[in-house]
Amino acid sequence: MNRPLRKVAVACLLLFAVLLVNANLRQTVLAEGYRDNSSNRRVLERTYERERGAIALSDASRPLVARSVEQDAQFKYRRTYPARDLYAHVTGFYSFLYGASGIERSEDDLLSGEDDELFVERFSDTLTGREPRGGDVVLTLQSAAQQAAFDGLAGKRGAVVALNPKTGAILAMVSAPSYDPNRVSTFDGDAAREYYDRANADPAKPLLNRAISQTYPPGSTFKVITSAAALKGGLTPQSLVASPPTLTLPQTSNPLRNFGGSTCGADRITLADALRISCNTAFAQLALDLGADEMRAQSEAFGIGDRDLKIPLTVSQSRYPADPTPPQLGQTGIGQFDVQVSPLQMAMVASGVANRGQVMKPYLIQEVQAPDLSRLRIAEPEVYRDAVTPAVADQLTAMMEGVVANGSARSAQIDGVRVAGKTGTAQNAPGAAPHAWFIGFAPADDPQVAVAVLVENGGDAGSEATGGRVAAPIARSVLQAVLAGR
Amino acid sequence: MTDTFGDSGGPVGEVAGPAASGTTGPGIRRGAELALLVLALGISLLAYTAVGLAADGRVPSGVAGYGAGLGGLFLLAHLAARRFAPYADPLIVPCVAMLNGLGLVLIRRIDFEQAEKVRLGTKRFASTDAPLQLVWTAIGIVAFCAVLAIIRDHTKLSRYAYTCAALGLLLLLLPMLPGIGREINGARLWIRVGPMTVQPSEIAKVLLLIFYASYLVTKRDVLSLASRRLGGLYLPRARDLGPIVVAWFASLSVLVFQKDLGSSLLFFAIFLVVLYVATERTSWLLIGLGMFAVGAYAAYLSFGHVRQRVDIWLHPFDDPNGDGFQLVQSLFGFGTGGLTGVGLGQGSPDSVPFAKTDFILATVGEELGLAGVMAVLVLFALIVERGLRTALTCRDSFGKLLATGLSFGLALQVFVIVGGVTGLIPLTGVTLPWLSYGGSSVVSNWLLVAVLMRISDAARRPTAAAVAPSVAREALEDAHTQVVRRP
Repeated sequence: MNRPLRKVAVACLLLFAVLLVNANLRQTVLAEGYRDNSSNRRVLERTYERERGAIALSDASRPLVARSVEQDAQFKYRRTYPARDLYAHVTGFYSFLYGASGIERSEDDLLSGEDDELFVERFSDTLTGREPRGGDVVLTLQSAAQQAAFDGLAGKRGAVVALNPKTGAILAMVSAPSYDPNRVSTFDGDAAREYYDRANADPAKPLLNRAISQTYPPGSTFKVITSAAALKGGLTPQSLVASPPTLTLPQTSNPLRNFGGSTCGADRITLADALRISCNTAFAQLALDLGADEMRAQSEAFGIGDRDLKIPLTVSQSRYPADPTPPQLGQTGIGQFDVQVSPLQMAMVASGVANRGQVMKPYLIQEVQAPDLSRLRIAEPEVYRDAVTPAVADQLTAMMEGVVANGSARSAQIDGVRVAGKTGTAQNAPGAAPHAWFIGFAPADDPQVAVAVLVENGGDAGSEATGGRVAAPIARSVLQAVLAGR
Repeated sequence: MTDTFGDSGGPVGEVAGPAASGTTGPGIRRGAELALLVLALGISLLAYTAVGLAADGRVPSGVAGYGAGLGGLFLLAHLAARRFAPYADPLIVPCVAMLNGLGLVLIRRIDFEQAEKVRLGTKRFASTDAPLQLVWTAIGIVAFCAVLAIIRDHTKLSRYAYTCAALGLLLLLLPMLPGIGREINGARLWIRVGPMTVQPSEIAKVLLLIFYASYLVTKRDVLSLASRRLGGLYLPRARDLGPIVVAWFASLSVLVFQKDLGSSLLFFAIFLVVLYVATERTSWLLIGLGMFAVGAYAAYLSFGHVRQRVDIWLHPFDDPNGDGFQLVQSLFGFGTGGLTGVGLGQGSPDSVPFAKTDFILATVGEELGLAGVMAVLVLFALIVERGLRTALTCRDSFGKLLATGLSFGLALQVFVIVGGVTGLIPLTGVTLPWLSYGGSSVVSNWLLVAVLMRISDAARRPTAAAVAPSVAREALEDAHTQVVRRP
């Protein structure tokens, strides 16, 4: 009986060998796939076991806009956003069900403590047995500017972006309506699901960051770019340009009119006046004269067309149409037809003019700290585009000052401060109210802040001035908030 | 393998070794057994402490009591072996003790997690099973000692072959009786005794094996007879097919009426292997495998739950939160554990359903990692290998067949459940011996060890006259027909 017994013994050993090989396969080669599987909550659960880093503002008091709070529950830490909906689109949420968004997502490695920059920390935590925790992120946002922008947009749909034109630091970024990231990040799954589903289904799209993730026709604010191209082409602010009451665009019979069908005062006016009163026929004719290539080159010089801009949140590509026909080309001169820009992009246009022609690369993160508050990284401002020459920038600044002083943007005026700006009222869909725009900066002689305000469907098709009436006051309060804080 | 079980007189030589040297006397290697038991106890206590530290940062207050209790039980098993089975293999009991101690720690660890979940309101009901499992372990070890003390000669067991058969069948059928039978998770395997539910098929397995072994010892000559030769294969006579057909029907009925795929497979496979070893006829193995294939395919076609198991096995991730949940969660546990595991008490093994019973290895995989899983598998392999060595060296056919059946049964059971929870084969619910929670499982597996130790003691006991290995071997080969044939 021993002969078959030995065979049985070999068979048993083979059974164990197969089990061992299989276990090795599952726990080494296939393990990564199991760990990263979206149905596997273990790894996600573990991230709630350690203290996630905070997100702070660069105000002197360094207020926290996202932090982890220890709790006595299934998970040791809970993510809270003390300012609720004020910073929602910048911080994003950190949800058990829906993952992360915003800075919570882009800086996840650092906040969770997995980043290579934190290697030394992690190593010493392992040695000392200390609870590991993530690093902190300090944003460039200023609470006063953010609050002013948020209040200005209350009850509206739109976005505000304020930049420091000299560095590119983003001082305010608000998208309205907003949402409460606390309610998406709650551990109460049913409540989170209900809130998220409702926000997702809401036609006002509260989860959308309109400042960077949505593009709009810029309307008359684009005339700053058309002016820049014209000045670069040799005109001066005092050059006379054709400004007929109506302009029949080539190959069409539909005449292009000024806002409300008004005239531009005379058949030939100065370029500065054309910008001041936002004369459509003048800028359409200028675009036709400059040609599509010049128009696109000037647009791209301000950053339009860049599909890779990250702040570090990804910015939607703004664009100038590829091959406009002559009538379309005329339309682009006044920011219509297929010109699409994000509010951040228009803030960069204002910022480029303010910074004597240089657009600085916009950024949200001022610095990054290790858990022991030592600085790991600090923002280094970098030039993003040379949009215009300093001379042209100075001419544009003077022209934009005129717009605020006695043009379409008078409601942006601030006592004792020279403000430069440009309004816009952009038609978007037939029958829908146009979008109200304002871009500008202050003080004009030493720019500290550049701003872009967009209010969706906030204008009145009848009057160019409504763009200024709706958007410019919001911009003014943001400018004031930044200037007051200096 | 060939080294261990080689033809160079190895097995028998080892038996003869101590006798030939004649100096070691009773208690051969029992000291090693004691030392290994102390090691097993130490590892269990360290693991127990680690679980407590992970739970609330303190060395658990119960560690002394737990250590004393478990140590006392291990000591009891050792003393029983020393007193009643002094020649028995010294490696078997420490391996079993290690698995049992680890099992207790894992069950306690899951108790903690469930209690914590209840406290935090994420689970409605927690059970505290570790203390009860300790009681069952005590019962199992006492039963182990009792078997060693009462049954002084395993060949006497064959006298009660038919009693065992009757008792085994009765136990197997008990869950079918209305009133006491309980259906849990779709299988009708349990009976209710007072407040407890017991799975009698575990005990029935050992009893029926005693019957198989005894029956085959008397009938092996008949069953070895070949009527026809077909391409190098000796086919048995048609009329001798009776026993295998009966066993086949019996295990199929377990499957049909109790919906227990795992036990059904185990019963039949053990029977088949014992039959093969007894007759030395490969043809029986092939016939049996053919019948198994037919039965398995028929079961696949006719039972929805069998088909479902196979589907889950083939495509676990098709429905990770529905049908595939168990297996997917188990695989996540293994994957998350990786090479070294997340550490005892640091994972979330309770995410896997039935973590304390069928899926206890997933807890090992998650918290102790591949290292822990390999250690557990090697412990099982050692027990099986020692059991089969016992079978090889045993001098009587009954003991040989019984040890073969017990060892192979253990190997196959481990293969079926470990293969199931790691996605190697379709999942069938059987316990992982000594590790899984379950009174009947722990007690019956300690009984199994007792029988194995008894046979091992006889196999390694020096014969009155020291004989040369080769002579002993021939005597052994010849011995079968004379010793066991009875009127």
